[in-house]
Amino acid sequence: MSDSNIIPKWLSVGVIPLMNLFLAFCVSGLFIFFIGENPFRAIFVMIKGAFYYPGAIGYTLYYTTNFIFTGLAVALAFHARLFNIGGEGQAYVGGLGVGLVCLIFDQHVVGFLVTILAILGSVIFGAIWGIIPGYLQAKRGSHIVITTIMFNFIAAALMVYLLVNVIIEPGQMSPETRDFASGVGLVQIHILAKYLGLEMAMSPLNLSFIVALIVSVGFWFLVWRTKFGYEVRSLGHSETAAIYAGIKVSSTIIIVMAISGGLAGLVAINELLGVHNKLLLGFTAGYGFTGIAVALMGRNHPVGIFLASLLFGALYQGGTELDFEFSSITREMVLLIQGLIILFSGALAYMLNPLMERIYIKYYGNYNNA
Amino acid sequence: MKNSENKGGNEAIASLPPSTESAIELKNITKRFGHVIANSDVNLKVSTGTIHGIVGENGAGKSTLMNILFGLYKPDSGMIFLNGQAVDVNSPEKSIALGIGMVHQHFMLVPTFTVLENAMLGNEGSMLLRSGEEVVLDRLKDLSNNYGLDVDFEAIISDTPVGMQQRVEILKALNRGAKILILDEPTGVLTPQETIGLFDILRSLREQGVTIILITHKLKEIMSITDTVSVMRGGKVVADFSTEKTSPEELAENMVGRKVLLSIKKPTLKVGKPVLEVKNVSHESKDGVLVLKNISFDLKEGEILGIAGVAGNGQSELLDILSGIETLQRGQITVNDKTILPFQDWNSKKAREFGVAHVPEDRHKRGLVLPFHNYENSILGYHRNEDYSSGFLMDKRKILNFVDDLVENFDVRPRSSSISSGKLSGGNQQKLVLAREIESNPNILLVGQPTRGVDIGAIERIYEDLMKLKSKGTAILLVSVELDEIMSLSDRIVVMNQGTIVGETNSSNATELDLGKMMSGLEQV
Repeated sequence: MSDSNIIPKWLSVGVIPLMNLFLAFCVSGLFIFFIGENPFRAIFVMIKGAFYYPGAIGYTLYYTTNFIFTGLAVALAFHARLFNIGGEGQAYVGGLGVGLVCLIFDQHVVGFLVTILAILGSVIFGAIWGIIPGYLQAKRGSHIVITTIMFNFIAAALMVYLLVNVIIEPGQMSPETRDFASGVGLVQIHILAKYLGLEMAMSPLNLSFIVALIVSVGFWFLVWRTKFGYEVRSLGHSETAAIYAGIKVSSTIIIVMAISGGLAGLVAINELLGVHNKLLLGFTAGYGFTGIAVALMGRNHPVGIFLASLLFGALYQGGTELDFEFSSITREMVLLIQGLIILFSGALAYMLNPLMERIYIKYYGNYNNA
Repeated sequence: MKNSENKGGNEAIASLPPSTESAIELKNITKRFGHVIANSDVNLKVSTGTIHGIVGENGAGKSTLMNILFGLYKPDSGMIFLNGQAVDVNSPEKSIALGIGMVHQHFMLVPTFTVLENAMLGNEGSMLLRSGEEVVLDRLKDLSNNYGLDVDFEAIISDTPVGMQQRVEILKALNRGAKILILDEPTGVLTPQETIGLFDILRSLREQGVTIILITHKLKEIMSITDTVSVMRGGKVVADFSTEKTSPEELAENMVGRKVLLSIKKPTLKVGKPVLEVKNVSHESKDGVLVLKNISFDLKEGEILGIAGVAGNGQSELLDILSGIETLQRGQITVNDKTILPFQDWNSKKAREFGVAHVPEDRHKRGLVLPFHNYENSILGYHRNEDYSSGFLMDKRKILNFVDDLVENFDVRPRSSSISSGKLSGGNQQKLVLAREIESNPNILLVGQPTRGVDIGAIERIYEDLMKLKSKGTAILLVSVELDEIMSLSDRIVVMNQGTIVGETNSSNATELDLGKMMSGLEQV
């Protein structure tokens, strides 16, 4: 990403992204206006839906958790200049890891231990789903974009097969496993709050959110403070320089994809251990794909990814509210708004830079951070 | 006339015979890129039918100025006059129509087309290709006879030597009616013989009234072919000279802004035992071409062995194999008494462990990760070293201490640990790479093109550092396409042509002409 040295950093990473966001909302407002609704009321409903109602913040943060995991997954791969489109499939297979661990152990082992094992299961299964495309890229030169997309389809087909034929709860129609034993799972925050004597509205927000925050810090540490992170970033910026430096390109690619897949796999702990308490069809609901936009908006940095996740979490939650309130606004409208945000914050991220540079130079003279 | 600023400079030109009118006149050209001023109030006057040289270090604004003249950039202010007429050159098409032709440093040819097809590109003669070809071929044949531009019109460009490719570029410009020819670093890829040929062509063009602007950093060439010369520094023309009234020393001083030492003091030192032995090394490239054939030589302690040759004759591959970037396919290498056999585990990491440091030919692609900060680049390749890390963590404090010393001791400017290396000038990037490799205390240093795209001030410093390292007993393998550099630095010189070593000589009795003959493969010694 080009590093402008004409305008100060607070403008380029602070003000300009906000302006991009504002533009996206303006254009969304136009669409809402065209279908005959009041865009200001719509925005009001969305913000209220995402933050104001009892439990709204909980819902928003619950979605945020998923986006943090998938955003970090895409970002890590991107630091090695690998485009991991497979977050969706990795998250899905991560769910298989959770499901298998719980179904096998929850009758015999204490719930706390099963939960720990299930978390590990999500990471390991997600990692495996990342390692295979990573290996194919590193050793066989198959393009990671193609293979990860294909692995999304394979994951989807595999899960349908398993859930319909193998691990479905006997004697019922919907493709789901039986419920995990009662001691298994990540406790929801409102229940935790009750133990502590606080009153909180019910929401699916659970301990996974804390896990996501810890993982975010770990991500920063891994990428910017360890030898491995150094090698990954070298490889991402310049493969030739990495080879010159004696960095093993293929094993680095494979390890990066393993960690990336593992991060995506963690979506399963939020969804399955935190909320559904069983493995079910299609629980990933596109979080893996949205992770690409999150990483793009967050500029592959955990702080940015957290903020972008929060934005998308609010959009998901507020969008649901929008759907409820207006008869003419459907879920597709929310997707459209998301698309516009991705367009303005991602694809057109640098659109305003030349303008800002001109304005800045006009009023403040030249800025030189060299 | 010392260091005359703009005004004085124009007087110098004005003092030339008054009969010559100026083909090109640039008045007060200023061009900014953001806050960088690339050209500041530049005045330049070139008389019709002369060869005018423009010298200056990298980033002095030469290329920007020529791109303005060729219509690629629009100046922020200033005027361009051609033959006394004010013109607005707002696109390359316009500039070509006005009779300006440009031969870029990197040729703009379609490798799979024939010479004829390339030469007629952009001026195809008629609607139908076949009839156009005949028209153009006639015209080109005339041009090539008149100016001694010897080309084979049927040959495919990718099969022709660079010298011919350059002649095609010149023909292309002439075919479009160029009366003013701009050549950007034309000799960088040529052998000494080819350079002589090019200069003959330029002289005959001059005789026919073509005006030529020659951009180069080689002062010797300026002295040998130009009539007048302008020196640029920091975006300004700082001096204009009539070539016969100046000297390389004076030009260099004006380029850098201070006195520079162009000669090198070689420490006299007895060479020790061989530390690097290369035996019968052959190498096949990925597309199956034999790029190295039976290469054998040795390198001793305290010795600088120069490898001369035109770029692309196997030197890069040799460096890659010795530094562990490429696998050894055939032959054997002995590094500090450790022998490496074909397809053995040999990589850059291991090379460093064996005491082989490497300043790569391409510092942008290999030597540095450009977006990285200086402190990150200062340990590239040595990042596993326990000096900079504890366990799997990097020790940022230790790295910062290290890089602070590094930029101080090796004069990397600006002295910053946190600036991204991509923002440094070419010379300072190279100093950083060299500093890193020297600080690893190697006993063999492989150096590729140490001064490519490096300004004179930094070259001086780089030579000094290499000599210091040599006097410590380090064996240095120097690969360079700059013959002057090879001759003044090396103790011994081997010449490579088409993947083989075609000759070896002591630097004390080597002449440029002999080496040139070997480089072009004409003579086997």
